[in-house]
Amino acid sequence: MLTRFFSWVGRKTLGLLTVSGSIFLTAVTAFVGLVRPAFLWWNLLVQLVRVGADSTPVVLVTAFFTGMVLALQAWIGFQKFNAEGMVGAVVSLSLTRELGPVITGLMVTGRSGSSMAAELGTMRVTEQIDALESLAVSPLVYLVTPRFYAGLIALPLLTVLADFVGIVGGYFVAVDMLGLPSNVYLKGISHYVDLHDFYSGLIKSCVFGAILAIFSCYMGYHARGGAAGVGQSVTKAVVSSSMAILVLDYFLTAWLF
Amino acid sequence: MAFLNDLDKKGRPVTSPIKVDDLWKSFGSQSVLKGLSFEVNPGETFVVIGGSGQGKSVLLKNIMRLMKADRGEVYIQGLPIMDLDQNELYSLRRKMGMVFQEAALFDSMSILDNVAFALRMHTKFPEKELLLQAREKLAMVGLKGVDHKFPSEISGGMKKRVGIARAIALVPEILLYDEPTTGLDPVLSSAIDELILKMQTDLSVTSIVITHDMKSALRIADRVLFLFQGGIRFLGAPQELLQSDDPVVSQFVKGETQGPIATL
Repeated sequence: MLTRFFSWVGRKTLGLLTVSGSIFLTAVTAFVGLVRPAFLWWNLLVQLVRVGADSTPVVLVTAFFTGMVLALQAWIGFQKFNAEGMVGAVVSLSLTRELGPVITGLMVTGRSGSSMAAELGTMRVTEQIDALESLAVSPLVYLVTPRFYAGLIALPLLTVLADFVGIVGGYFVAVDMLGLPSNVYLKGISHYVDLHDFYSGLIKSCVFGAILAIFSCYMGYHARGGAAGVGQSVTKAVVSSSMAILVLDYFLTAWLF
Repeated sequence: MAFLNDLDKKGRPVTSPIKVDDLWKSFGSQSVLKGLSFEVNPGETFVVIGGSGQGKSVLLKNIMRLMKADRGEVYIQGLPIMDLDQNELYSLRRKMGMVFQEAALFDSMSILDNVAFALRMHTKFPEKELLLQAREKLAMVGLKGVDHKFPSEISGGMKKRVGIARAIALVPEILLYDEPTTGLDPVLSSAIDELILKMQTDLSVTSIVITHDMKSALRIADRVLFLFQGGIRFLGAPQELLQSDDPVVSQFVKGETQGPIATL
């Protein structure tokens, strides 16, 4: 009984280490792929449009409402201490440090990460990835490198938008709906938020962008077994990327502040 | 077609374009290839037949190193493909082409872009020249007027032809076909067979064709290998295959349900 338990633990540990190593190697190959012949700038532009431009509406709507709900909750809480003037600071600090990058990361994972996994997974099960190999083109460089850099570039840009729109959403609720003076809301931001808060959020978003692209591509690239396998790879991509974003967020916060 | 140990035009001994040496491959506890060894002569159309699940596609993927064997080696033009680094492997693959069972066309690209893909990635031809060459390859396989269609808009037979056009884009010396006639009607199957023979004549390629279509095998093969339970059950000329008194070979060739090959 005990032997079987340890054998199970050993197998699982080995499996986890193998997958971790494989994901790491995929990330390294994708990173250095920028200087390999199979990398095409056109593919990067296409991915930037898909990951960045096409995700903009989703990110804007979620960020706007996140800012709104933050302002409302802060207002309700701070009202008890006559500290409504802190609403601007709370909304902007929460967004720039945490919610901007995290929400953007999660929304792009749901939208673009799933699409990356599904596309690569379909290419795997229909032998298109083998076809690339047979044509002497590295599939990792041709397919994963543009998606990796698109995540790395698009996420910080989307996060800047999310920060701004979220703060505007908070302003709309606090000032226009709840009657907080405009200068109080803005003063809260200028007194309590500095550039470090903003930059730390951007660093986080770069990491999240790279992580979601690599995890999603990895899951799709290693899909097996037809339509069901592609479906599973999409689920794994979204779940693992989202978990990695939330777990890494803690460690990045501990490191950055 | 040349034969091994003949001399080439420069007086050098002819080496085998494809030599499979003691190839073993398993998936879990299931052994698919059990020490397979054979050589293919230059310019030959070498057909591998065998039942479903006998490892024909696994063999082809090992020859292209899309899959790595557990043991053994495949020599392509004398180079051990399992031991090559990525640069060496890719430079060797440029001399090879592969036609996939379901064509495996890139569904995000038009037909013309599919054929032009390898030229774009590996040559420095200007775009105009590149597209001209891709159109030539499409014409070679009898396709015209489909340049701007997408793979989802053409029939199965056309996809196979595009697959062949894409595989010959870089004018390979070796062509590997994975069940090129599967799923096609008899007329289209014959057309694909003729195309395989045309590639052999026009491009002087050495080909390995995986199939379980006996009619097709007998029509195109210079030699036939019958793969059974991970090993070679028969290797020889198509006429010898027809005359074989091995009950396993005979049952497969005649397509009978009664015999040593289990049907369930």
